[in-house]
Amino acid sequence: MNFVANKSELKVVGTRPVRPDGIDKVTGKAMFGADLTMAGTLTGKVLRSPHAHARIVAIDASKALALPGVKAVITAADFPEISSEEAAAGDGAVNFRHMAHNVLARDKVLYEGHAVAAVAATSQAIADAAAALIEITYEVLPFVIDVEAAMADGAPLLHDDIKYNGKPSNITKRVEFKLGDADAGLAEADVVVEGRYETTAVHQGYIEPHAVIASVNPDGQTQIFASSQGQFMIRQYVSKILAMDIANIRVTPAEIGGGFGGKTLVYLEPLAVALSRKAGKPVKMVMNREEVFRATGPTSGGVMTVKIGAKKDGTITGATIDIALQAGAFPGSPVAPACMCAFACYDLKNVRASGFDVVSNRSKIAAYRAPGAPISAFGVESAMDDLATKLGMDPIALREKNAAKAGTKAAYGPVFPEIGFEQVLEAAKSHPHWSAPLGPNQGRGVATGFWFNIGGDSSASVFVNEDGTISVVSGSPDIGGSRASMAMMAAEVLGVPYEKVRPIVGDTAQIGITGMTGGSRVTFATGMATVQAAEKVVDELKKRAAMIWDISPEAVDWKDGEAVPAGANAGGFDPMPLAAIAAKAGKTGGPIGSEVSINAQGAGAGFGAHICDVEVDPETGFVKVLRYTAVQDVGRAIHPSYVEGQIQGGAVQGIGWALNEEYLYDKNGRMDNAGFLDYRVPVASDLPMIEAVVVEVPNKRHPFGVRGVGEVPIIPPLAAVGNAIKAAIGVRMHSLPMSPPKILAAIDGKA
Amino acid sequence: MSKIHVTTTVNGEPAEFLCEPQESLLDVLRDKLQLTGSKEGCGSGDCGACSITLDGRLVCSCLVLGVEAEGKTIGTIEGLANGDELHPLQRKFLEHAALQCGFCTPGLLVATKALLDANPNPTETEARFWLAGNLCRCTGYDKIIRAVMDAAAEMRGEHA
Amino acid sequence: MPRLSYAAPASVPDAIKLLAGAEGLAKVLSGGTDLLVQLRSGRTRPELIVDTKKIPGIIGIRETEDGFVIGAATSGAEIGENAALVAAYPGVVEGTNLIGSTQVQGRASLAGNLCNASPAADSVPALIAAGAVAVVVGPNGQRNVPVGQIVIAPGRTSLAKGEFILEFHLPKPKAKQSDAYLRFIPRTEMDIAVVGCGVNLTLDANGVITAACIVLGAVAPTQVVVEAAAKAIIGTKLDDAALAALDAAARAACNPITDKRGTIEFRTKIAGVLARRAAKIAYDRAGAR
Repeated sequence: MNFVANKSELKVVGTRPVRPDGIDKVTGKAMFGADLTMAGTLTGKVLRSPHAHARIVAIDASKALALPGVKAVITAADFPEISSEEAAAGDGAVNFRHMAHNVLARDKVLYEGHAVAAVAATSQAIADAAAALIEITYEVLPFVIDVEAAMADGAPLLHDDIKYNGKPSNITKRVEFKLGDADAGLAEADVVVEGRYETTAVHQGYIEPHAVIASVNPDGQTQIFASSQGQFMIRQYVSKILAMDIANIRVTPAEIGGGFGGKTLVYLEPLAVALSRKAGKPVKMVMNREEVFRATGPTSGGVMTVKIGAKKDGTITGATIDIALQAGAFPGSPVAPACMCAFACYDLKNVRASGFDVVSNRSKIAAYRAPGAPISAFGVESAMDDLATKLGMDPIALREKNAAKAGTKAAYGPVFPEIGFEQVLEAAKSHPHWSAPLGPNQGRGVATGFWFNIGGDSSASVFVNEDGTISVVSGSPDIGGSRASMAMMAAEVLGVPYEKVRPIVGDTAQIGITGMTGGSRVTFATGMATVQAAEKVVDELKKRAAMIWDISPEAVDWKDGEAVPAGANAGGFDPMPLAAIAAKAGKTGGPIGSEVSINAQGAGAGFGAHICDVEVDPETGFVKVLRYTAVQDVGRAIHPSYVEGQIQGGAVQGIGWALNEEYLYDKNGRMDNAGFLDYRVPVASDLPMIEAVVVEVPNKRHPFGVRGVGEVPIIPPLAAVGNAIKAAIGVRMHSLPMSPPKILAAIDGKA
Repeated sequence: MSKIHVTTTVNGEPAEFLCEPQESLLDVLRDKLQLTGSKEGCGSGDCGACSITLDGRLVCSCLVLGVEAEGKTIGTIEGLANGDELHPLQRKFLEHAALQCGFCTPGLLVATKALLDANPNPTETEARFWLAGNLCRCTGYDKIIRAVMDAAAEMRGEHA
Repeated sequence: MPRLSYAAPASVPDAIKLLAGAEGLAKVLSGGTDLLVQLRSGRTRPELIVDTKKIPGIIGIRETEDGFVIGAATSGAEIGENAALVAAYPGVVEGTNLIGSTQVQGRASLAGNLCNASPAADSVPALIAAGAVAVVVGPNGQRNVPVGQIVIAPGRTSLAKGEFILEFHLPKPKAKQSDAYLRFIPRTEMDIAVVGCGVNLTLDANGVITAACIVLGAVAPTQVVVEAAAKAIIGTKLDDAALAALDAAARAACNPITDKRGTIEFRTKIAGVLARRAAKIAYDRAGAR
């Protein structure tokens, strides 16, 4: 399908219908991961390490196995030892050996909360008691939590096989992206700003803890029902970790209670399968909130130094960022995207971004919304604010002066096609918020953000039912309304009302391979597959009409859900509605339907600019967010309400990251705030309305112009809030979270 | 000690179950009465996903023992709609796209219903503070608050 | 498997008998918002839970000639809905209503908040400042204990085995007497107090403070009654000099720890700020009487 340039031609895309799965979700009927139980289901429980770093000397499960009601205990000995193998996964890469060792520790525990054994029993109480009876003998080892300490000479080493510069190290790799000569560029500058910035690990904070139920039959056929961002991901990872045939594994995606990147990995699934295999019964496992915090991935914290130089007129002559990110216990921080996104908003001739990936005794990090990008943007966008101050320029004007546009070569490689950053800046500048008056102790900040948006493997099928209604199956778990957007795009192509199209998310046996829901790819990539499948159906419908009319298929057009003769020459037939063609399908060649599997290319980059007003209590350091406006180019909004919702939700996660969220560790290397009481995500009363301003600069490589929306909005808030605080108190906050004690210390330090 | 027999009323219907003393009412609702609309997000009263009413009072069912339900009247998300007619709050949540993943939604709806029962005309600030114990990580609360205010207006008859 | 028993006695003697007769640990259940969290995490492993809510009078608020009687298991929500109590003791009510979410308010009780024995308990500073008395019942009969004498250390109370709190007595406020409670938290809701401060003031007809009680929470192992802070403002109209002296006295009374919720320096400084702000609110309220 060709790109639809004229929005007014669209009848369904751009409207705001009720989502098809909505009623299930407001009535409590929707089945999430923990809601399903099969006959004879056992309850699984994980025994986790109390130590940050220790060698496993011995495991004795005999007492646990002797407890009545205990049906199976597994340890790493029940898992095959697999070789190191990297595979592409979503935004990054995974190593299956590391993943297996994260799911169940082998030889060493590498963080507090690391799974060491698992038990299946006839009740939760028995499983809990049994887990406590498993005796583990540990040899406790020195540990290291912080990224710079982990990089230092003499730091406790987590892995024998990781070397950097030929020496054993916790540094797993260094990445570098450059364009021109950054140092020479900085030397040309009239004004240079430089700063060191720190961020802490923050958790995705989805409200639904990880949950799975697995059932293995004696012939090896396995059913898994789980909450995740990808049923095919689970199938592949379980197959790798447990050396099973993929065809024997069928994964049904449960409704997912939030993921934000944190459900792009397996934790419980291989354990539940291994326990079910051993016990011969279905096994259900549900994490508690404490386990979610201690054992699943937050995103990295890190440290960085940012340097930007500019001419007096604001033209940036050179910029660098050097960053080190925590990967957690196994390699794989988002240091590469952090570097790639760092300066991607700007058209720079001389830029260098480099970074280290560093392991330490923390839970393995997982993706979190635009992985890496918010971290580097905190440094870069804070520095841009300081640069504007130093130059005496309006901070939006400084960004406009250097904005990336069509033809800009990004430091990470590509030359941008048409992008919407200038339009985003214009919308921010002309928004009434930017010029609204401020009161005492109040400040306003602006910051921007870039995310690639991605495509990749997606499958969708479109079926015409006997009565002319439409069924759509896609392979993408619906986290935030994607069923609605798939149905809308199919309805648009087929020319039928939205309500006549009913979408489902297929299990791994019902639809072709589809990558995970993440990276802002579903509406673009799975949407493209849906559109192509719908187009094939239209072609077939035209053929069938032609057959009934006994004319050539080329002589049939498809308009508003009906076959019509292409012109006077084609004959004088009345339009034939889809339902009429469907009713005759049995006589014209059989059922009508199409499945399309693609590797979607041509994702369009997304840019955003956020404006934040805060008021700081000068006596306590308390920050109140007064007003927040988030501008973003989304390409084109299929369902504007859910697009706005993504922007608002991402912005608020960013506000939480900026102000109060952090992983705290005690002196024994144990997480000190593993609960929603002390891991402080924003609550309703913390926030004002979040105004989402949707800019539409269409991506011409998607039929409806989609770019993607979910990642960008979490990138600007960290610096937008920091810049607002700077404006309010006159002090630059270099370290996240910008919590009251730090702000009060900064205010007092100034005085 | 053997399990305790509890007789109670759930969404207007009599219900009984056997439970251990330490079992939470949330576990009873989900595992014994198959009312899985109430969710467990934290088990410590910090997220509100398990919100129910107990004798008309909004509570976290994870912070109530199953045995305490004896003789009480319980309201859950499954009882919010009137048969096949959605409650105005449910309709407004859908119209305003006030849910993304939908996991916190049952608790938010139960909590909001209790708000409007107590205060049919809340200010935005009152609604935000009442709902502070219901965490939502997807929406940033904006559309939830809009849906609540709109539903409240409709229920006051201001849309006529 | 350890076994837990549950009982819901319908009278004070039955409850005392159960609590006193338990061989192992017995816990009183009122609102349960702390107890259930501790049960689940394994921090407490009682053999018996005695649910006191079926005891007549343990839930509810009565206004008497001497003041108010608040049943020990009365929920925060009910306390907040009692107009007479709100008018008489706005500080006690606002402290109580800050405990947890709306959902927690539906259950959390004054006795539970007090007997959980956290230095950060939000209802306690204003109760102490108000001169509230806990009526404790037990195997040796009934005794009236000032609220400030119930908590003796973090997690520990002065209640003996078999004893529990039946109700609280709040004296009738004098003319021109009122109170206030403020706490500091990093968010607007749902946090444990980093510092809390309850202030109860009485004024004369000219607006001069004749009596004062300032109580700090979360700055020491138990709540602190800051007598020097009271002295600093008695005899004043809460002018700037008095406020400065109050701030200094409050800070001087702090003996906090650094933990995940705040540092020593931060808590100390905030204690002074809150004392000033709460005193101003209580002063205005008392003056308006």
